[in-house]
Amino acid sequence: MLFKPISQSFHDFLVERDKERCINCEVCVRQCPYDVYYWDDARQQVMHDSSKCIGCHRCEALCPTACITVRRNPAEFRPNSLWTGTYIKNLFKQADTGGVLLSGCGCPQDKPIYWDKLQLDASQVTNPSIDPLREPMETRTFLGSKPDMLEFEETPDGPCLKGKLSPQLTLEYPIMFGAMSFGAINFNLHKAMALAATETGIYYNTGEGGLHQTLYKYGKNTIVQVASGRFGVHRDYLNAGAAIEIKVGQGAKPGIGGHLPGEKIDEEVSKTRMVPLGSDAISPAPHHDIYSIEDLLQLIYALKEATEYTKPVSVKIAAVHNAAAIASGIVRAGADIVVIDGFRGGTGAAPTMIRDNVGLPIELCLAAVDRRLRDDGIRNQASLVASGGIRCSADVVKAIALGADAVYIGSAALIAVGCTMCGRCYTGKCPWGIATNEARLKKRQNPDVAAKRLANLVKAWGHEIQEMLGGMGLNSIESLRGNTDKLRGIGLNQIELDTLGVKAAGQ
Amino acid sequence: MAADHRFVLDAEGLYYKQLNEQIREAVRNGHKAIELRNVRGQRYIANSLDGEDIDILVQGVPGQDMAAFMRGPHLTVYGNAQDGVGNTMDAGEIVIHGMVGDVLGYAMRGGRIFVKGDAGYRCGIHMKAYMDKFPVLVIGGKAGDFLGEYMAGGAIILLGMFSEKPAEVPITGRSLGTGMHGGVIYIRGEVPAYQLGAGLAAKELDADERAFLEVQIRDYAAALGLDAEAILDAPFLRVKPYTHRPYGNMYVGTN
Repeated sequence: MLFKPISQSFHDFLVERDKERCINCEVCVRQCPYDVYYWDDARQQVMHDSSKCIGCHRCEALCPTACITVRRNPAEFRPNSLWTGTYIKNLFKQADTGGVLLSGCGCPQDKPIYWDKLQLDASQVTNPSIDPLREPMETRTFLGSKPDMLEFEETPDGPCLKGKLSPQLTLEYPIMFGAMSFGAINFNLHKAMALAATETGIYYNTGEGGLHQTLYKYGKNTIVQVASGRFGVHRDYLNAGAAIEIKVGQGAKPGIGGHLPGEKIDEEVSKTRMVPLGSDAISPAPHHDIYSIEDLLQLIYALKEATEYTKPVSVKIAAVHNAAAIASGIVRAGADIVVIDGFRGGTGAAPTMIRDNVGLPIELCLAAVDRRLRDDGIRNQASLVASGGIRCSADVVKAIALGADAVYIGSAALIAVGCTMCGRCYTGKCPWGIATNEARLKKRQNPDVAAKRLANLVKAWGHEIQEMLGGMGLNSIESLRGNTDKLRGIGLNQIELDTLGVKAAGQ
Repeated sequence: MAADHRFVLDAEGLYYKQLNEQIREAVRNGHKAIELRNVRGQRYIANSLDGEDIDILVQGVPGQDMAAFMRGPHLTVYGNAQDGVGNTMDAGEIVIHGMVGDVLGYAMRGGRIFVKGDAGYRCGIHMKAYMDKFPVLVIGGKAGDFLGEYMAGGAIILLGMFSEKPAEVPITGRSLGTGMHGGVIYIRGEVPAYQLGAGLAAKELDADERAFLEVQIRDYAAALGLDAEAILDAPFLRVKPYTHRPYGNMYVGTN
C-alpha cells in the first residue's frame, strides 16, 4: 500500500514564493480556505503545501509584497494526446475513492466556440454608421408574449390599443443575471444582484433556492424560479417577482437535478429554502408533476392562476438535441419566455461527465430554436433568452443576431466580482466569498461593492452594444434580432453555416 | 356548517378560469364558507388560496392541480379528484371522499390530505417539513409506484383498506421511498421488500410513532366517517430513510 493516495501526488498547481520578498505576514495563511499555507513554529516562518492548492489565485491577489505566483504544476506526464494529465489524474482519483467525479463552473474543454467563428458587419459608404454618442440608440427590450396582430380603436383621446397585452418584462439592456440559487451563492451576492438589477433596469433570477425575506423589496427586478425541489416556493414567493421561471433543465447538467450539500445549508439558507439545517437539499431530476408537454402546460397555468395572470411565465431548458421541437411545445404550452441554456453554462456542482459531455453549443441550438418557432409561426408568442457561456458584449450582440431577445449571464457576473473559475464551488469554501456560506468567507463580498461592479459591467456592455449596433447602421436592438445577415461565419462548414442561418465570410 | 349557510357557486358550464375568478372574488368579498356545485374537472380550484378560516365543499370531480400552492383553507371533495391535488401546498386540509389520480401532494410542505380510496402514481414525492410545518398524507386505499420518492419530511400513511383494486395487487407499487432523506411512511399490514427503494427497510413502530399514527388515524376516520379502531386494529410498519444524506459520499471532487 502506498502511504498516501496516488491522486494526491499529482497535484494541479505549484505555489512559488519569493523568499526575499515574503515578510511572513500570514495574509496567505488567513486567505486560503484550503490550508495551503501554515505558520511553521519550528522554522518561525510561513510554509506551504502545493498539493492542496486549487488554483484560485486569492493568495496571489492579496499578498502585500506580491511574492506569490501560482503556476500549473510543471510535473507533466509523458505527452500523449489521448491520455492527457486530466484523464490520468481523474482515473487515479476514482480508483482511490470509487466516487463520481464532481465539478464546479461550466465545461472547460476544448470544444468549438461558435461566437469566435462569427464576425459582425459594419456600415461602409452606402448606409452610414450611426454614432451612439450623437444619436439615440435603443437597447430597451420587452420580454413576454406578443399578440399576432395589434388592433386599435378610436377613443376621444385618439386611437388606443384594443384589448390587453400580455404582461411584459422591460429590460433597459438585453442582459439579465442568470439563475444562481441562494445557497449555491450567498446572500451578499443575491443582494448585490438585486441592487445592480434595480440600478440598471434589468432583472436577476433567484435560482431555485427561494428568495430571502429582506430581498422581497427588489421584486420589481426579480425573476423567481421554480425547480423540481420547489424549495421556498409558496404563494408569496410566486407573487414577489416580476416573472416566474420554471427550471426544467440547466446547460451544465442537462437531465439531472440540483444537489446542495448539507455543508452549504446554514440558518438563512435553511429558512429561505424551508428545509432543515445541514440536511442535503436534493432536487429530483425531473419535475415529477411534469412528464409531458401537457403536464408542463398544467404547471404554467397553475403559476398563472397563482399570480392571476399578471406575470409572464418563463421555461428554461438545457440546449439538447431536440431543443427546437421541445421549445415549440413549450411555447404552445403557454410559456411567455423560453430560455435555452448551452453546455458552457455554469454550475455550483455537476457530475463532470455530464458537464463535459451532455448538451449542445448555445449558438447552434439558439439558431435552431429561433428558426423552428418562426417556421411554426409562433415566434411572437414567446421571447427567447439565450445563456451558457456569454463572455462579452459581442457574444450578446451575436446571440441577438441569431434570434435571442436577451441573454442571461451567470459566470461573467461572478467573474466581475472576483471569481477566477477555479471550479471548486461544490466544496462550499470559495476563497472569493462567492460560492460559500461560511461567515469568514462570505464577508469577503460586500453587497454594495459587488453591486457596483455588476452595474459597471452591465453599463459597459450596454455602451459596447450601442457601438456595435451603430457601426452596423442600426439604432435599436429590435432591428438586430434574428438579423443573421449581420453575421458571417469563418472556418465553419456548410452544415454549421446552415444551422446558424449564416453566410460564410466573403459571400 | 349547514349547506344553506354556504355561499354557493354553480360551476356548470364554467371554464376553470372563470370559476376560479369567481372563487377568488367570493373570498375577497368575505365569504368563508363556499360550496361549489356541479364541478366537472375544472382545474386549479383553490390554487394559492390563503386563509385558515376558508372552508370549501366541492360537489363533483375537481380537475388537475386542485389546491396547488394553497395556504390554509379546508377543502372537502364529495367525489373523486384528479392529478396533482395539493401540489406544493403550504398549509390547510383536504378531505376526499373518493379516489385521487397521480402526483398527490407533490413537494407538499404543510397541511394534511386525507384520501378515502386509492391514489395513483408518484404520490408524496419530495414532501418536506420545516419548523412547525409538517405535511401528512393519508391514503385509505392502495398507492401506485414511487410513493414518497425523494421524500424530505412529513408523513405518509398508507392503509390499503378502501381500495377498488383486486386483492392480489400489492398495497404499494415499486420504488417506494427511493432517495428518501427525511420523513416517514407508515404502512398498514405488510409491504413486500422488493417494492421498497434501494437501502430501505420496513420496521416496527416505536411508542412515539404509534402515538403519532393514532392521532392521525383518528382525525382521518372522523373526517371521513370511518371507524378509527378498525383501521388501527392491525400491525403497522414504517419506512424511514437510513440517512439524511443518501448521496453524501457519492462524489470525488475535481475541477
